[in-house]
Amino acid sequence: MGYLLKTDWWKWLCVALLAYTIIGGLLLPVPELPILNETIRALHFHVPMWFGMILLFLGSVIHAVKHLRTGEVKYDIYSSQLANMGIAFGVLGIVTGMIWANYTWGEPWSNDPKQNASAISLLIYLAYFVLRGSIQDEQQRNRISAVFNIFAFFLMIPLLFILPRMSDSLHPGNGGNPGFNAYDLDSNLRKVFYLAVFGWTLLGYWIATIAIRLSITKQKLEDA
Amino acid sequence: MLKYILGILMLIGTQFANAQVEMADDFRGEGKIYVVIAIILIILAGFFYMLFKLDKRSKRLEKEIEEK
Repeated sequence: MGYLLKTDWWKWLCVALLAYTIIGGLLLPVPELPILNETIRALHFHVPMWFGMILLFLGSVIHAVKHLRTGEVKYDIYSSQLANMGIAFGVLGIVTGMIWANYTWGEPWSNDPKQNASAISLLIYLAYFVLRGSIQDEQQRNRISAVFNIFAFFLMIPLLFILPRMSDSLHPGNGGNPGFNAYDLDSNLRKVFYLAVFGWTLLGYWIATIAIRLSITKQKLEDA
Repeated sequence: MLKYILGILMLIGTQFANAQVEMADDFRGEGKIYVVIAIILIILAGFFYMLFKLDKRSKRLEKEIEEK
């Protein structure tokens, strides 16, 4: 995180990757599948929100551990701001997913195991901010929320990656889903998808670094 | 009389059968590309919302620094 705060080159990489995502994602050929039709292109916009969320939460939990080890306030700031941005990605993931689902699965919320599990893990992370807001003493707040952060991250892993795979889900890669499994191997989608994940995640980190800068400046002002 | 009513009802019925069932055609037509556009716009709106929030926070911080 310190490196990202100091350097700028990756911001231009983010710009280039997202420009490529929009152009390539909308114009390159995609597999022609029934029901999905052109909405398969939403793969480059909806799915990277979730990948980005997990990568932001990963950064958050790493800094939570660092905060517990060193007790430095800046790690708490990194951790909480990254979690904040992760929640924003998750909310965007849920809303865009509901729109996509409305036109392919027939209704915005079909109680699909993955939909429910992602809603639960977002609620757990929202509880992280409720917890932070409810503790007055700053040092205690930082430590307790760091511990909760670790708990939330390791609860999210089975919720998103294990439980949905154990039952039938409408999401691809989790049980039966006719007409969608074919995309897993499509090389045209891959050309854009991986770079899209990288680009959206960098955008998330970029906005998080601005929030971190503001928090650190505020901290310095209060200390002075 | 009943015959006439039934006849009218049947006429309406066949007209309904002839009408296309698919609705909200804009979003289901043209290969559903408008769904993708809606998704991109929502993501854009989300990022703009975050930027406005950050903008507000930085203005508040500027004010605090000036007051000190």
